[in-house]
Amino acid sequence: MTLTFTLNGQPCATEAPDHWTVLDLLRDGLGLMGTKYGCGEGVCGTCTVLADDRPIRACLVLAAHVRDRALVTVEGLEADGQLDPIQTAFAERGAAQCGFCTPGMMLAAKALLLESPTPTAHEVREALSGNLCRCTGYAKVIEAVLAVASSPR
Amino acid sequence: MAHRVIGTSPPRADAWEKVRGRPIYAGDLALAGMLHGRIVRSPYASARILRLDTRAARALHGVAAVLTARDVPRNEQRMELPGRMAEATAGAVLATQPVLAGDRVRFQGEPVVAIAASTPEIAAAAADLVEVEYAELPGVYDPLVALAPDAPRVHDSGNLLRSWHLRAGDITQGFARADVVVEHTYRTPFVDHVYLETESGIGWIDGEGVLVLRVSTQVLEHYRDVAEVLQLPHGRVRLEGAYLGGGFGGKEDVTVECLLGLLVWKTGRPVQLVFSREESFIGHGKRHPYVMRYRTGATRDGTLVALDAELISDSGAYAALSPWVLLYSLVTSTGPYRIPNVKVDATTVYTNNPVASAYRCFGSIQTCLAYEGQMDALAEALHMDPLALREKNFLRKGDALATGQALETEPMLAETMRRAWAGLGERRPARAPARIGRAVAASFTPYGRMCWTRDSASAWVGMELDGTAVVRCAAPDVGGGQTSSLCAITAEVLGLDLDHVTAVGRDSHFTPRAGTTTATRQLLMSGNAVLNAARELRRHLVGAAAALLEAAPGDIELAGGRALVRGAPDRAIPLAVVVKAAIGEGRPVQVLEKYDAPSAPTIDPTTGQGKAFNDYTFGTHAIEVEVDAETGRTRARRLVSCFDAGRIVHRANAEGQLEGGAVQGLGYALMEEVALDNGVSKNPHLADYKIPTSLDAPEIATVLLESGNGLGPFGAKGLGEPAMTPSIAAVANAVSNALGARVTELPITAERVLAALGGTPA
Repeated sequence: MTLTFTLNGQPCATEAPDHWTVLDLLRDGLGLMGTKYGCGEGVCGTCTVLADDRPIRACLVLAAHVRDRALVTVEGLEADGQLDPIQTAFAERGAAQCGFCTPGMMLAAKALLLESPTPTAHEVREALSGNLCRCTGYAKVIEAVLAVASSPR
Repeated sequence: MAHRVIGTSPPRADAWEKVRGRPIYAGDLALAGMLHGRIVRSPYASARILRLDTRAARALHGVAAVLTARDVPRNEQRMELPGRMAEATAGAVLATQPVLAGDRVRFQGEPVVAIAASTPEIAAAAADLVEVEYAELPGVYDPLVALAPDAPRVHDSGNLLRSWHLRAGDITQGFARADVVVEHTYRTPFVDHVYLETESGIGWIDGEGVLVLRVSTQVLEHYRDVAEVLQLPHGRVRLEGAYLGGGFGGKEDVTVECLLGLLVWKTGRPVQLVFSREESFIGHGKRHPYVMRYRTGATRDGTLVALDAELISDSGAYAALSPWVLLYSLVTSTGPYRIPNVKVDATTVYTNNPVASAYRCFGSIQTCLAYEGQMDALAEALHMDPLALREKNFLRKGDALATGQALETEPMLAETMRRAWAGLGERRPARAPARIGRAVAASFTPYGRMCWTRDSASAWVGMELDGTAVVRCAAPDVGGGQTSSLCAITAEVLGLDLDHVTAVGRDSHFTPRAGTTTATRQLLMSGNAVLNAARELRRHLVGAAAALLEAAPGDIELAGGRALVRGAPDRAIPLAVVVKAAIGEGRPVQVLEKYDAPSAPTIDPTTGQGKAFNDYTFGTHAIEVEVDAETGRTRARRLVSCFDAGRIVHRANAEGQLEGGAVQGLGYALMEEVALDNGVSKNPHLADYKIPTSLDAPEIATVLLESGNGLGPFGAKGLGEPAMTPSIAAVANAVSNALGARVTELPITAERVLAALGGTPA
């Protein structure tokens, strides 16, 4: 099938087999390797990307779903050479250890901040509860998201 | 001495790339003409392979190889560890796992056939076409049952893998002196590492005919294991370490390496092999389940006088690292306490359960559940404050462990405990049916490998003409910031800004060998190797600078990328100038150095006497939990982790170890268990094997003390494993405190809580 959609702010037209998931499309079709496979069944959240500003599990959603939508992956968080504040906060506060959950985690946080720019700590925990991290114990991840929320825009 | 870089918290060397999603993990690389690997595994825990037919699979278009045991040149994954390891396991039955099972499978998930095909879909279809006829054999799934004389044998040589014993003082006289004796049996389950990145790698053959594997591994030295399996000279296999998506000991044993090497070598083409999550669950080693019977005696004033303990661990189907894990348990079995009379017998046993091997804390965490459970039980029996009881018995400088090893520095145990407890703050009220429980668990954990392994690490540090430095050291970075620490040490010694130090490559052939990222050893080992190299390099740079500045070498300082004369800040020259001058004078600007850890003879396996480890990290967790007496649900509310780090090299990385270790332990304590039905996993999926989420993690505070007493760079100790050690004991003690009944079995599920409340066994 032919898919046209917006990928990280740019128009994208590509071919993809019908059975492909968004994760297959990104990694195997488009060579965007920042989105990770962690479980393949929508539990771990490492493949989280944004579709029209909402977080989706790229491993569960079929590629056809992205047609005419705006998809944002970790590669698209940086704009015009400027890191997104969530990226800066994760780097500066030690929220990335092994870094494997980091792309999905940042995108889940980004979705929360788009919807609710000043979340409480509990709201941050709820929003990230579908993204597993085995390294950090979540402390510095939560701290990084709250730091972005409280910083002047 | 004040440090410029050590102890600060700048973004890590890898932070900016990781937040861009750019690091190329082992499963992210693709090569032209690459094949995709797929492994056919045994669905049975114990069976004979009667017939194996691969003809249909091989006939499928796009299939390049369908390999069985007959295709493996030396079908044995023997881990050849240097040092006097063979001496220490003399008499043990060390059953090594084949790369591909021949006529017998001993655990569910054991690899039987390896396939390479042009697409993942074709590889999967070929796997379905492989015909394997199994005849199930009687298996054994409980280590206690496995020790019975008539139990089914996992290996012809028997089910007993290894025993170690610890003897100190006189146990009979010890208990005769005791006014109070408490006895409990503690049980822990199989648990999984659940790193987010499954086992993965890619391999190819380069222009010199060298087999190159780029793999997610904690142990680059596995190139030797691959070479042995393929019967190649060791130099013909090269292992390139990618950044790991987590390891925690699960990528310490061989995972994809031999299977991948075999597929590449047999096909002559690049092959990628990435385990699915289910494969990861059934395919890699687990943490050993333990049964620990502890009997502890104390006098009325709370002085510990005797310990009698029996530890039995389930090694699963093969030996892997079980004897060594068990040895850590033996050495730590007393806890960080003075106990004059000790008798501990530790045994590890083969079963048809999943293979158990390395997992963060490596045998030191199960014993902590037991020794710290005993301390709270004793405090209750003696009507003493649990903290006061501990403080009375804590090891101090000069005291000896039950192994006879005297502590050469002050362990600061009481301070870590007091600071952790104070950090909990005021007890917060709970509304019925919620009950609040609070407790501490103190701990000690070795950092660095066993003394008799003669552990060594090498590193190279060199200057570029622009005055910046490069570090080359084959230390895999599992995510703990290993690379970042090496940069910080170099920057500190050479007076460079951190972003003027680059650490490149983790490669068995192109970077000096630094050994494994395991055993909480990299800061100690590669850290000291880099420190030695950087100091030697500094000596040469200072010599060149002294000549240029017409000053005595002793008056030269390196700071801010310049060499300057102490007390005369205007007499300074950029390091770039110094480097060029040094080269002009024929001075070395590249240095290769090594660090050798202190060595000691093998301990006595019948008494445990001797020096097993060079040093230990000490620390305490204090935790407050809330237990719902109606639902049985336990929530961790606040956790304080206090450790003596020796010296903090990178503050955020050190805190990150403490925080991550605590939450990983929380999962082990409350929710995690590989559920087995006669050796067959019932929950090889993340939907069924739950690990803590952001909603389960408590509020965490970390307190890092700096005694400066460690053997690592600048007096640092190791934190990676120690950070997790007290976690499960603290949770179990806090839940026991909330319930008014001792909880001795993990995980502490709602069912177990309700059973403890109702007095019926779960």
